[in-house]
Amino acid sequence: MSNYQEIISQYRPLLEIIVYGSAVALILIGLYAVLVKKHLVKLVIGLSLIDSGVNLLFVGVGYVTNHTAPIFSPGFETAADKMVDPVPQALVLTAIVIGFAVTALALSLVIRLYRHHKTANVEQLNRLRW
Amino acid sequence: MIKRSFVVFLLLVLGVAVYEAFRQAPFGQNRIGDVENPQSVSAFYLKHSPETLHTANSVTAIVVNFRGFDTLGEVTVLFLAATGLASILYRRKEEEEAAEKGHLPQRIQLPSSVLVRTGAKILFPLILMLGIYVFVHGHLTPGGGFQGGAIIATGFLLMFITYKRFNVNHNVLIWLESLSGLAFVLTGVYGLISYGSFLQNTGWTGRLNDLISGGLIPLIYIFIGIKVGTELTNVLDTLLHTKPRRNE
Amino acid sequence: MILLILLVVLAVVLLAAAVYATIQKDLLYAVLATGVVSLALSVFFYLLQAPDVAITEAAIGIALTTIIFIITIRNTTRDEDKYSEDMINRFKTEKE
Repeated sequence: MSNYQEIISQYRPLLEIIVYGSAVALILIGLYAVLVKKHLVKLVIGLSLIDSGVNLLFVGVGYVTNHTAPIFSPGFETAADKMVDPVPQALVLTAIVIGFAVTALALSLVIRLYRHHKTANVEQLNRLRW
Repeated sequence: MIKRSFVVFLLLVLGVAVYEAFRQAPFGQNRIGDVENPQSVSAFYLKHSPETLHTANSVTAIVVNFRGFDTLGEVTVLFLAATGLASILYRRKEEEEAAEKGHLPQRIQLPSSVLVRTGAKILFPLILMLGIYVFVHGHLTPGGGFQGGAIIATGFLLMFITYKRFNVNHNVLIWLESLSGLAFVLTGVYGLISYGSFLQNTGWTGRLNDLISGGLIPLIYIFIGIKVGTELTNVLDTLLHTKPRRNE
Repeated sequence: MILLILLVVLAVVLLAAAVYATIQKDLLYAVLATGVVSLALSVFFYLLQAPDVAITEAAIGIALTTIIFIITIRNTTRDEDKYSEDMINRFKTEKE
């Protein structure tokens, strides 16, 4: 564990690029899918990728170098000053569950649209064009 | 092609903007401050979660107690999404019977192999037990009502896709879901009557790291676990058994 | 050093799976790639000291989200370029 913490503090700028960079890249890939793709299922995949990217960004902001998860275990009851920020984690916990509910609702709408119009193409559904 | 490159250009501008904005909050910097004399809300939660509430898992303390009203709203959103999904994919009873008679083409469904069926039968109670363990111990270890409920729904999903004839009684699901949601609200009202604030915890909260500690927190998380588990099972059941309407 | 390499590999897997999910024409493979994105993200959360979030992402992102996407593909089309198809014709060809 100590080896891991040393590495984290040594390579902090590189880790910033890895975590923030992959979160922003996930958001951009998802937005690209939403803007360019024509198939409705691809649109929902893009939305869920954006969701994942935002969650990763939040947890990355809450991280503190050399600190542990915000859970007290026996023998370490007074370790509160060596813990990462718990508030973004609680927020992301709710955000993931809400994201699943939103995805399920969107997919049920996709199924109904496909059955009604016999197509899953955005271009052929006139009102969804941009 | 021009539209696509325009989109890529816009996305790159947006990405640089967002990345530079988050560079202002350097990765790994301590923004919590002093825990003993809390100046930030995180430090307040980290101080009072073990001292006042005697809850080992601070994330659980925030989700269920400090921001319990928020969680009630979240459970409501989940309930509304499940209701909306069921009403979007709704079919009348006679349409159901007409589809059963074979007016509509149905996919050929082969039965699962013996290996899958036996494995599912063995794994199903174990998965249910894991889910219940996760939400009963939500205040001690990582996990809680939402995770435990999702694990339970996964167990039911395994049975749904293995056995074509596996059915859950919808009335039982709906009653369990409604009663646990009602119990959550009643726990909040109990706090309102006794201590003057909605979802206020009891005075007695036990000892840190005991199974029965944290006052009302494990109770509320058990209600949330049952509610989320039945709700997600309902969503999966509705989606898996959807068939096209007759006139569509 | 090994853990740093692990984080870099994880980020590469995450982004590669996301790009694959976007450009793949067969929607079933695209959906499975989003499952891989969730898996890598779950390990990421664990390494960022957020075990609660890691468990949630593992249970909901990997299992439930993937399965509802697969159900949707079964009820619509699997090929991205084929926006609609005659369900009755497909039934006949499957039977033959």
